[in-house]
Amino acid sequence: MTTMTYREAIRQGLREALHDDPRVFLMGEDVGRYGGAFACSRGLLEEFGPERIRDTPLSEDAFMGLGIGAALGGMRPIVEVMTVNFSLLSLDQVVNNAAILRHMSGGQFSVPLVVRMTTGGGRRVASQHSNSFEGWYAHIPGITVVAPATVHDARFMLQSALKEPDPVFIFEHIMLLPEQGAVDESLGPVDLRRAVVRRPGKEVTLITHGGSLGKCLTAARTLAEQGIEAEVIDLRCLRPLDMATILESVAKTHRAVIVDEAWRSGSHAAEISARIMEEGFYSLDAPVARVCSAEVPIPYAPQMEDAALPQPTDIVRTVQEMISSHG
Amino acid sequence: MAEFLMPKLGTDMQEGILVEWLKKPGDAVHRGDLIAEVETDKGTIQVECFTSGVLEQILVPEGSTVPVGTVLAIIKEEGAPPEAIRQPVVAAPAAGQTAAAKPLEAPPLAPTVKPSTVGQRALMSPAARKRARELGVDPESIHGTGRGGAISLEDVEKAAAAKAAVSTAPPATTTASVSEPAARMARIRQAIAAAMSRSKREIPHYYLSTSIDMHSALSWLAEKNAALPVPDRILYATLLIKAVALALRETPELNALWDGQQGVIAKDIHIGVAVSLRQGGLIAPAIHHVDRLSLEELMVKLRDLVQRTRTGALRASEMTDPTFTVTNLGEQGVESVYGIINPPQVAIVGFGSIVQRPWIVDGQIVPRPIITATLAADHRVSDGHRGGLFLRALDRWLQEPAKL
Repeated sequence: MTTMTYREAIRQGLREALHDDPRVFLMGEDVGRYGGAFACSRGLLEEFGPERIRDTPLSEDAFMGLGIGAALGGMRPIVEVMTVNFSLLSLDQVVNNAAILRHMSGGQFSVPLVVRMTTGGGRRVASQHSNSFEGWYAHIPGITVVAPATVHDARFMLQSALKEPDPVFIFEHIMLLPEQGAVDESLGPVDLRRAVVRRPGKEVTLITHGGSLGKCLTAARTLAEQGIEAEVIDLRCLRPLDMATILESVAKTHRAVIVDEAWRSGSHAAEISARIMEEGFYSLDAPVARVCSAEVPIPYAPQMEDAALPQPTDIVRTVQEMISSHG
Repeated sequence: MAEFLMPKLGTDMQEGILVEWLKKPGDAVHRGDLIAEVETDKGTIQVECFTSGVLEQILVPEGSTVPVGTVLAIIKEEGAPPEAIRQPVVAAPAAGQTAAAKPLEAPPLAPTVKPSTVGQRALMSPAARKRARELGVDPESIHGTGRGGAISLEDVEKAAAAKAAVSTAPPATTTASVSEPAARMARIRQAIAAAMSRSKREIPHYYLSTSIDMHSALSWLAEKNAALPVPDRILYATLLIKAVALALRETPELNALWDGQQGVIAKDIHIGVAVSLRQGGLIAPAIHHVDRLSLEELMVKLRDLVQRTRTGALRASEMTDPTFTVTNLGEQGVESVYGIINPPQVAIVGFGSIVQRPWIVDGQIVPRPIITATLAADHRVSDGHRGGLFLRALDRWLQEPAKL
């Protein structure tokens, strides 16, 4: 068991992948000489050389396409997009090529592509840099969408992603990068298809992923002081959804709150809520609740950004309102 | 087909006695018709139906005690095809026997889907509904404690536990007899005890009091009454009730019902009038839409209501929907009344008797008839400032009786 930052865990995962498989290479804006926009690939250019650590122009559409082509050609590319905000420029390659080529080719081609990008707000970098669009990606059939919420998952999810025959998108929350956490080498590979119960509880289930996990655990500690034991589920994988873990928990707690930094309308939180209703209706003792970001461009001013994003106090209040009963 | 159910005529009502059918099978019934008399803890209530059609079948004979939510009769809606006849749920009492009803062995389960014509379905979580079915608990008999009064899983389990406890206890004798006045009194007392204890336990009351000069109101009334035949004369209590209703229009948060979370402002102004019963105890049935009634209409309604309260012929809706209560102990000579709020209402006003007092008018000390109005209100819903505005509005209306 060792302790490291989330950023360091990503770097170690990359180093391991580059070391273990000569087909793996890393490509993206500033990943080489600059060491990565968020320093996740610092030192890798020196270690693995310019053939395998490739700086690209500011041209998301082009290098996403290059990644898809390389994957089709038998390589194992890791494409780093600086943030989810800029990834929208490459969405056509994702939706109209990466996600559908297996289908369009009648199963002859697969696209074993791994795409990494940061997501989320809270860093005081204004509206165009603070979005949480992983839920949009989770709308697309044909790809796997994962979000490491712990340092351990940041270290090992890449390994599992590279074993997938189809595209995997890894969303790394921007605020988690400097977080310290434990990495346990003995635990073995991360199962991308399974959600994890990060905290057991019996009165309410908090369902979350990525950067909101810590907020949920903080809220759960506050609730525990008030005698309310919240179970916290880290989805890990947004697509496909591990409904079995969610439904098992809701069957026990009878209440569910979904915490997601994306906007509420038409969101991934809405999808989870609908699935609980479809598959777990008779377990529910209260309407499913959602704690999401305010439906505004994420503000720049610190106090306004904090007010717009879900906070532990919002989660606590939502649970209290759900549970409080009156004679 | 619509089912006519034993209604829930108060938060704490669990069962009722079907005293008398006012319609017989084959009779045409219309929405709003009184079709049965039911005895509850609070007295005998005449129950309206919510469906128009033909009373097809009576399932519960007179004299039976049945839980809230039991199907009492089937009404064939206009144009609906006839349905298979159902088994009566209670055997008719044997001839010659008094109307002592046997407690039901197992209350029939409410059907899973009720016609929407029979009132609104109780708010109930899916988990609670499923559990109630498993435990054989009738949702209509459960008191909901969730948000907006919804029945939760815990409520169902508590109700099932309570039911189990009751069925193992020796049969209660007081609930069996319809005609025993002492038992009826005991039940009225019990109902008052339950409501008042709950009120004082849960509601943070605040009290505000003011003295109101009744000179203008009484002079105006004396003049008006002089022109009216004796039986139509208007009592000053009518002025007080009307003035209260108009003052409530200006302070709507006092005309509200507590829903478990907050005070929900009532659309209409239905004033509950506390009426003492000759045998002791009191009931506060509602006069509907008081703010829209003329004094003459209000007087007629007040007289009718007091009489029906004392003879035990109230309607279900009058029992369940007052939005504010007025209590007047003027006849008893008390000076002021600090009322206890009748939940789920959030305020009550009490009037003492009118007494002649030295009063200063335009710098002169003159004798004036003074009444003390005391407001008790729920501090969760309103603050003293609003309460003060209410009393001020009440005073203002009573100074301008011609506008009432």
